[in-house]
Amino acid sequence: MTNIELSDKASPPDDDIVVDVRDVQYGVDSRLIFQGLSLKVRRGQITAIMGPSGTGKTTLLRLITAQSYPSSGQVVVLGQDIEDLGGSGIYAMRKRMGMLFQNGALLTDMDVFENVAFPVREHTDLPEPLIRRLVLTKLQAVGLRGAADLMPAELSGGMARRVALARAIVMDPEILIYDEPFVGLDPISLGMILRLIQKMNEALGITSIVVSHDVQQLATIAHESYLLSGGKVVAAGSPQELAQSREEVVHQFMTGAAEGPVPFHYPAPDYATQLMAEAP
Amino acid sequence: MSNARNGYITEGIRRFGAVAIFFLRLLIQCVPALARPRLIVLQVYNAGARSLIIIMLSGFLVGAVLALEGYTLLQRFGSAEALGTAAALGLLRELGPVVTALLFAGRAGTALTSEIGLMRATDQLTAMEIMAVNPLRYVAAPRFLGGLIAMPLLSAVFNLIGLFGAQLIGVWQMGIDKGSFWSQMQDAVDFHDVWEGIAKSLVFGLVCSLIAVHEGYNTEPTAAGVGLATTRTVVASSVLILLLDYILTAAFQT
Repeated sequence: MTNIELSDKASPPDDDIVVDVRDVQYGVDSRLIFQGLSLKVRRGQITAIMGPSGTGKTTLLRLITAQSYPSSGQVVVLGQDIEDLGGSGIYAMRKRMGMLFQNGALLTDMDVFENVAFPVREHTDLPEPLIRRLVLTKLQAVGLRGAADLMPAELSGGMARRVALARAIVMDPEILIYDEPFVGLDPISLGMILRLIQKMNEALGITSIVVSHDVQQLATIAHESYLLSGGKVVAAGSPQELAQSREEVVHQFMTGAAEGPVPFHYPAPDYATQLMAEAP
Repeated sequence: MSNARNGYITEGIRRFGAVAIFFLRLLIQCVPALARPRLIVLQVYNAGARSLIIIMLSGFLVGAVLALEGYTLLQRFGSAEALGTAAALGLLRELGPVVTALLFAGRAGTALTSEIGLMRATDQLTAMEIMAVNPLRYVAAPRFLGGLIAMPLLSAVFNLIGLFGAQLIGVWQMGIDKGSFWSQMQDAVDFHDVWEGIAKSLVFGLVCSLIAVHEGYNTEPTAAGVGLATTRTVVASSVLILLLDYILTAAFQT
């Protein structure tokens, strides 16, 4: 652990903390993904969660959105332990959050307008003219008001992600979660998404959790960042603090070095022996 | 060997349990889903109206073959005039519901499974969960109800066209008297026979739609997973239709 000491379990609940992951253990089948993971997300900040592929970043999002439960430890979201919430409690909590999926996850049988209107239609009885105005406002914010009539199949990857962002903010959430928002985007789309994340945070005061392994991009927007490796947080602090860390795993991740504690080679038998051996 | 057998049995029981629990959860969500008739009507259109051409074409051909075979058989006993009765009973009680259900599993069942499976694979169902919308209520229940409603209707269309096909061959080609074709049918077929067909197609509709929706909803979210789920829908539906057909036929005869 570098820079900042994270979990002080004795501390009283803090209104400023919207997501509090406390000493979480979690495993799938016999594989342990988290072993004593702790982190906090503060209100109004952009918190980056970084880590090499396969460290359970997406699993962490599943815990925060109450799609999975920890085998031990606590996940407290908006002041409530997710394990104390029943079915309706979970839905009530989710209405206060929005999530941007890696591929957008737009509903393919509806056009862009209807996709953004979907949560509004499902959760409110607003009259049609009001829904229209609300949806157009959100589409304008992501620059796609003109694409309202297009179907998801007609959108580029970057556009689909912006529509998904408009859908995620249409109910004015308190927390906005971004799952790998930069993957597979061209530089222009990437810049747009980056600016939008910042804009949502600054203009609307939305608490943002950005899961990504894109160190350079995150460094420009994140207030706080956590680096996950081997099932726990190995470093926390501002991106600048992480960049200066001397710890091996942090250094390897921040600089993208092939050699380090995270090996290039997947565990395998001796190379020469295997090459010379008879084929099975 | 016995271990492998036990493994199959345990797996079978586990699967059955999983489908049963899914069915209960689906039934609970069907109640609020009924408040959105628009979604259900859309699914009746998708599963029903879009299957009409294949159902009508098959119905006609099955009726025609039934008349050909029936005529040859009945003529041996000198009762070719009973062709109308034979065709009607064969179609209403047996061929109508069974062939419609098999075609439904292949046409609408696979479409349902792959559609829901792709929604699972592209995170659309998870996205709904995160938007606090229950995908069982919004996606699965209307499709299940749509299939349940469409099956008896398709079966009725199949029977109607099948009888037309049988009449066409029997009367026009084989030269049976049109009057006796229809009047014998009218005398011999009672409501019990019609009811047997309706009951069968309702049960088949329930089973086919349940399997299709269950397989799609629980697809492994990969391309191979969706393919496998689609295949399982057809195989499981077909075997269950034939098994249940035997059980229902036996039950109606007691």
